[in-house]
Amino acid sequence: MSKIAEGLLYSESHEWVKVDGNVAIIGVSDFAQSEMGDITYVEMPDVDDEVEAGSDFGALESVKTSSELIAPVSGKVVARNDELEDKPEMINEDAYAAWIIKVEMSDESELDALLNAAAYAEIAK
Amino acid sequence: MENLLKKTCLHDLHVELGAKMSPFGGFDMPIQYSGIIDEHNAVRRAAGVFDVSHMGEVFISGPDAERYVNHIFTNDIRTLEPGGIMYGMMLYPDGGTVDDLLVYRESEPQHYLLVVNASNIDKDYTWMLEQAKGFDVRIDNQSDAWGQIAVQGPEAEKYVCGTLGFPEAAALTFYTFLDAVRDGRRIIVSRTGYTGEDGFEIYAAPELIRNYWNLLLTAGVKPCGLGCRDTLRFEAGMPLYGDELTADISPIMAGLGMFCKLDKPEFIGKEALVEQKANGTARKLVGIELADKAVPRHGYPVELEDGFEVGVVTTGYHSISLEKSVCFALVDSAYSALGTPLWVRVRKNAFPGQVVKKRFYQTNYKK
Repeated sequence: MSKIAEGLLYSESHEWVKVDGNVAIIGVSDFAQSEMGDITYVEMPDVDDEVEAGSDFGALESVKTSSELIAPVSGKVVARNDELEDKPEMINEDAYAAWIIKVEMSDESELDALLNAAAYAEIAK
Repeated sequence: MENLLKKTCLHDLHVELGAKMSPFGGFDMPIQYSGIIDEHNAVRRAAGVFDVSHMGEVFISGPDAERYVNHIFTNDIRTLEPGGIMYGMMLYPDGGTVDDLLVYRESEPQHYLLVVNASNIDKDYTWMLEQAKGFDVRIDNQSDAWGQIAVQGPEAEKYVCGTLGFPEAAALTFYTFLDAVRDGRRIIVSRTGYTGEDGFEIYAAPELIRNYWNLLLTAGVKPCGLGCRDTLRFEAGMPLYGDELTADISPIMAGLGMFCKLDKPEFIGKEALVEQKANGTARKLVGIELADKAVPRHGYPVELEDGFEVGVVTTGYHSISLEKSVCFALVDSAYSALGTPLWVRVRKNAFPGQVVKKRFYQTNYKK
């Protein structure tokens, strides 16, 4: 069984969002990392890039597969987790600690479309 | 679909171990247990055991067996000693590949074992029957009756000789095999593999294979899935049927001409290969090493700097043993020379690289 952290929001494409004021901290769920296996590379946007809800903002590569990262919300990238460049396995070790980017949201109502932990638990199995 | 998948004799043990299972070649197979990187490194540094019971075993015998096998096989088995093994292909008349396979020459005269890819068993068996007209041979597809495990890695010999009780296997050199009998049943132990490391493949009845599997795991050999089987064979420069060899890819295009003996009197596909060797082929399989960490995958385009497409990736990984991104790609022959700069398009961006030798990893066989 994969872990699902309470208090976060989730997308159907297995990203999680932690809301901090008008900033969305974004990562991928434990279910996603477990499905992918050993993650070897994280492709991330640059700070100040714009991301759009529903569009890809990067990708995860594992040994076997690659998977696009889909932005759960729109806005400007204000930070990215450069530690993942050398240690992509941090996502395997703790998917909820290994955030990928932080986005200054342009439309906080987009959060309403995301799932809570209980609803996400229904699709992450 | 799922219920149509075949199961090997070890299937329930994989599920019990918590393996990630996935369809491969018509079988529900373990892709990984502890993780691809961990399993890959176990084979490179110590030993791992794979369930390869999905592979097909076809026995050929009869007065014309040698002549028949040499007719359908690209390599020349006339030079094969009893107890010897040869790698090669079966081809269509146009040079496209039916399958790549191993031929075992048995001790009894005019007896051969052909080991073929799981996904091709039915196609191969039908092909063999169709080509047998005019030959006095018996073609016996025993694929369902045999289990098979591969014990691979620098410590494989220790486990096969000790744990499994085949001390005579220590004397085997690469691409030779021995016969053993346990409880009146035949066992084949061959020094072969698909990893680039020393190792053995053991063919036996399903109950014996289950017993050997359990003995090896108890002795500390790591169970390994098809995930690392692919990363290991890829690093060692070996083709996978379906990716690097297909009905449209001849062994000449794939750089496997050394396994096609064009000085043989005849074999199916020979004329096409002679022509390809003389005039060259439009495309060739190359290795490409990328400067970046982006991972080239099967089907990604290979381009020139200006974005002009000149080929396609057949297999690619961020190599575990080499820690760099490398791939096999089928490219226009004009761009196949070592050192040629080529770009691989990974999603939106094209990443620069260059043509390198396909054997990315130095193999460690027992000569």
